[in-house]
Amino acid sequence: MKDPLGDTLGALAAQFTLLSLLAFGGANAVVPEMHRQAVDVHHWMSDADFTALFAIAQAAPGPNFMVSTLVGWKAAGLAGALVATAAMCAPSCFLTYWVAKAWDRFREAAWRRALAGGLAPVTVGLVAATFWLLARAADRDVRLGLVTAATVAVAYCFTRLNPLFCLAAAAGLGLLGLL
Amino acid sequence: MKTPSVRALFLAFLTVGLSGFGGVLPFARRMLVERRQWLTETDFNETLALCQSLPGPNIVNMSVVVGSRFAGPKGALACLTGLVVAPVALVLVLADLWGRFGAVGHVPGAIRGLAAAAAGLAAATTLKMARPILIQSPFSAGPIVAAAFVAVGLLRLPLPWVALTLAPVSVLIAWRRGR
Repeated sequence: MKDPLGDTLGALAAQFTLLSLLAFGGANAVVPEMHRQAVDVHHWMSDADFTALFAIAQAAPGPNFMVSTLVGWKAAGLAGALVATAAMCAPSCFLTYWVAKAWDRFREAAWRRALAGGLAPVTVGLVAATFWLLARAADRDVRLGLVTAATVAVAYCFTRLNPLFCLAAAAGLGLLGLL
Repeated sequence: MKTPSVRALFLAFLTVGLSGFGGVLPFARRMLVERRQWLTETDFNETLALCQSLPGPNIVNMSVVVGSRFAGPKGALACLTGLVVAPVALVLVLADLWGRFGAVGHVPGAIRGLAAAAAGLAAATTLKMARPILIQSPFSAGPIVAAAFVAVGLLRLPLPWVALTLAPVSVLIAWRRGR
């Protein structure tokens, strides 16, 4: 390998360009593939690192694609973060830009509704896989499992509650040495 | 309806990007519809529907659509940059702090708590997304949800192949149901 950093940046660019175009329903649907590439295929980080980075991205304000920024950061520093962010955003943004111009013509088209209706269950299955991967790595004992269960209950029942509340409460328990 | 300047677009999305935790859409609605009145409620919902049927995070797509509607490519770039730049910088600072102090005192416990709660949030998102779909068409959508979860979550198959297999089947089912 002549240029390991260049190779890593190239791999990040290729991976996130593909994920950008596959991220129907948002970035959470492609988290399992991000995890597979970063942990299993490229060995950029451990399972625990990935889970921690996902948690940090959730705890920061902003759109939910930022786990890709942090995967790039862990793999190749600041350059990796910028490449991963750009590759995650640019392809879907170009697509959106061009489709938006033609949108009015097929807003009511039957195929568009079939497309949206058909992709939705796939997205749900993928977000469920995201949960499974995160929970498997994060819930290392009963107390952590209870934190996850409590968060599910609170976030599902009180939809208007800011999700930061659950994250802050869980981090607070950890800071007190309880987790 | 007022036509905002490129600068105003940038500043509005800068505010939106920094205000939302784990989802900035409610903040985008408040900013675009209620405070600035750049879009009507109907405009917003239709734009959102467009953004949801394309890959990529909804809010990122929305920044591109709103920016290009008012100020062309320049506006799209201004909104996208405004939305992304501050959260990305902030999440990198957080990740850097984690790199330096991640092993100090009770910080590992806080990260463990954060990760467990993040897993819970993913589960709650899954449930919220799954509910309307499974109520509306349990027998056609259920197997697709399950297949996507098993293929990507349990069998760890590469997402592109899973998506290319499941999405056409699911869209076809939705198409036939819609006719």
